[in-house]
Amino acid sequence: MYRYDQFDHQITAERVAQFRDQVRRRLSGELTEDEFRILRLQNGLYMQIHAYMLRIAVPYGLLSAQQMRMLASIARKYDRGCGHFSTRQNTQFNWIKLQEVPDILADLASVEMHANQTSGNCIRNITSDEFAGVARDEIVDPRPFAEILRQWSTFHPEFAYLPRKFKIAITGASEDRAATAVHDIGLVAVKDVQGEVGFRVLVGGGLGRTPILGTEICDFVPWQHAISYLESIVRVYNEYGRRDNMFKARIKILVKALGIGEFKRQVEADWQFTKNGPCTITVEELNRVAAFFTAPDYAQLPKHDAAIAAHQSENRAFSNWVQRNVKPHKVPGYAAVVLSLKKTGIAPGDATADQMDAAADLAERFSYGELRVTHMQNLVLADVKQSDLFDLWQAARERGMATPNIGLLTDIICCPGGDFCSLANARSIPLAKAIAERFDNLDFQHDIGEIELNMSGCMNACGHHHVGNIGILGVDKDGEEWYQVSIGGAQGNDSSLGKVIGRSFTFAQTPGVIARLLQVYVRERFDDERFIDTVRRIGHGPFKEHVYAALVEDDKALAGAEYALLQKGTPYDTPYYSPRF
Amino acid sequence: MIIKNRTISDDNWTVFRLSGSDTPKSAVVPPGKIIVPLKVWQAQCDVLQARTGLGVWLASDERAEDLRNYLAKFSVIAVDFPKFSDGRGYTIAHHLRARLGYAGELRAIGDVLRDQMFYLQRVGFDAFVTRSDKDIGEALKGLNDFSFFYQASSDERLPLFRRVQRGGEL
Repeated sequence: MYRYDQFDHQITAERVAQFRDQVRRRLSGELTEDEFRILRLQNGLYMQIHAYMLRIAVPYGLLSAQQMRMLASIARKYDRGCGHFSTRQNTQFNWIKLQEVPDILADLASVEMHANQTSGNCIRNITSDEFAGVARDEIVDPRPFAEILRQWSTFHPEFAYLPRKFKIAITGASEDRAATAVHDIGLVAVKDVQGEVGFRVLVGGGLGRTPILGTEICDFVPWQHAISYLESIVRVYNEYGRRDNMFKARIKILVKALGIGEFKRQVEADWQFTKNGPCTITVEELNRVAAFFTAPDYAQLPKHDAAIAAHQSENRAFSNWVQRNVKPHKVPGYAAVVLSLKKTGIAPGDATADQMDAAADLAERFSYGELRVTHMQNLVLADVKQSDLFDLWQAARERGMATPNIGLLTDIICCPGGDFCSLANARSIPLAKAIAERFDNLDFQHDIGEIELNMSGCMNACGHHHVGNIGILGVDKDGEEWYQVSIGGAQGNDSSLGKVIGRSFTFAQTPGVIARLLQVYVRERFDDERFIDTVRRIGHGPFKEHVYAALVEDDKALAGAEYALLQKGTPYDTPYYSPRF
Repeated sequence: MIIKNRTISDDNWTVFRLSGSDTPKSAVVPPGKIIVPLKVWQAQCDVLQARTGLGVWLASDERAEDLRNYLAKFSVIAVDFPKFSDGRGYTIAHHLRARLGYAGELRAIGDVLRDQMFYLQRVGFDAFVTRSDKDIGEALKGLNDFSFFYQASSDERLPLFRRVQRGGEL
């Protein structure tokens, strides 16, 4: 993976010093909260309900074992022993004291990490395919380009105060695992007929209040021009994006208002001034960065490991895990393994400090010391020998990271919701837990097969509910939490936005609603047709009809006072320093 | 007071802003070293052309392009930041410097604060009238936050990868 040179180190160190001084000036009152808010957000620091939340960048999802151990250390030293992996492949800590943030940043800098631009109206952490470099369907390894663009976007002087946040995703495989269609810019690396590498560029995708899938602005931008082309897109957005209404400020609204044709014309009019200029990426720079992403020293192995097949036939639990959590690898005898952070009873994407340390150990033992964070909120060991799978499974299982549910019903994407987030209308983690508990039965889950259930506690859509096969959105009705359910959303090559099935439900009704949707699916599916395909084939009608045919009973346990009390969030005693209190 | 050439000095220019009843046509531009709004310049171009020592300022929703044919007329061009978080001024500066080749004084006015100074300088501002309730000496420090940066911009025409030998150890 990429390693900092002296310049990266110095820029990161100077950033720590800059933010340390900003915190000092905030605490002394020199900076007002209004002035400081925008500065702290550019450093991923949010003021949440109980404390500050710090979002740490994991550039394009890649972590070394050493970096993962630092996250564990931060969890122990500055948090309550737990971290959270987010849909942007980042890490979040929910119990942070403002005064300690500069020291956390210094700790991060010591392992070549930072929290730069993980929030705010600027270019955010660039996300990518968690199987980059090892996927069989990969055409171009996106990681060198992701790193080049990380550097370009870091402290870009012209684009620090955009109308709204700006998210870029990049993929180089034929299957889109980076959700490029729901990003402000989606980059799909491709090769032209001469074999030259370039990018198909999508623009104006995004979720939030107005979900829109991105539109192609250019079918082939040669890689050398990636920076100048992106600069022109962001420049036109910075000039013309709406600033009068934050709900209409994303680039998707501008692209819709102008139409893709006119938007493209403006971008290319700007580009003519900079194309072939100094921003053109050089072969030397690409080679320098790409050299960090060369393949490890793979062993020559048979295509299939006989011992594993034997374990599979003897051990059903292992077999389930292989079926769900082990993914194909381009090198014979190797596999990519997903460590599930979706164990029932745990908030989706959460990992304790001990689990992080354990994951780092597993990475060193089995996968060349590297890990990836997925936008589905799990971890990946990308280079595992098939002959090690059984040992890895046993070790991961001891640490609660081997739930065989990847791509299944309980592999839920979920935002922090009302338990932590000051924007949320409703709780999402307790509902995710309740749904996971209700459908915990593995046989049932395997029978239902591939399905994505995504949940957001408000319309900002951090839980990507629009692109869930089943999407759940927390809404506020007269101060009470309700849940709107949609079906038919999907991410990937065949992205679509879900449609709401009808009026919303209470917390205690919602698991029952999911059960009814699944009943319709089981009744209507052909053979091994996936949930999403059944929805697309038969439409919303049968689902709607069945869900609303009779009142959905409250789940008694969930409606009970005891449960509600238990899940309303711990009554935390002393809030950390926060101007809110 | 103003920060110019990285030092604090007296400012002998006055920014002229339209008041309630003024229209760009009717506003009376006082004598002396005045920085007028773009709209006033456009409305009174015939008269103002004759003056020497004139400046013009752009609001954040106005376009550098509108000054294309007049750049040489002005001793100073200013860009107003109604709020420090309004980033349009950075692109206006980019257009003035990179696209229109303006080489004269480019000053940031309005909600100009210490923590934006570094980026402002990078995109081509060389004069800063910081907000009057803040210590201008503190703001000056903001120009030195970083000693290296990745991108090309007005202050440095080459991106880092073309400027230095990358890959050295610390």
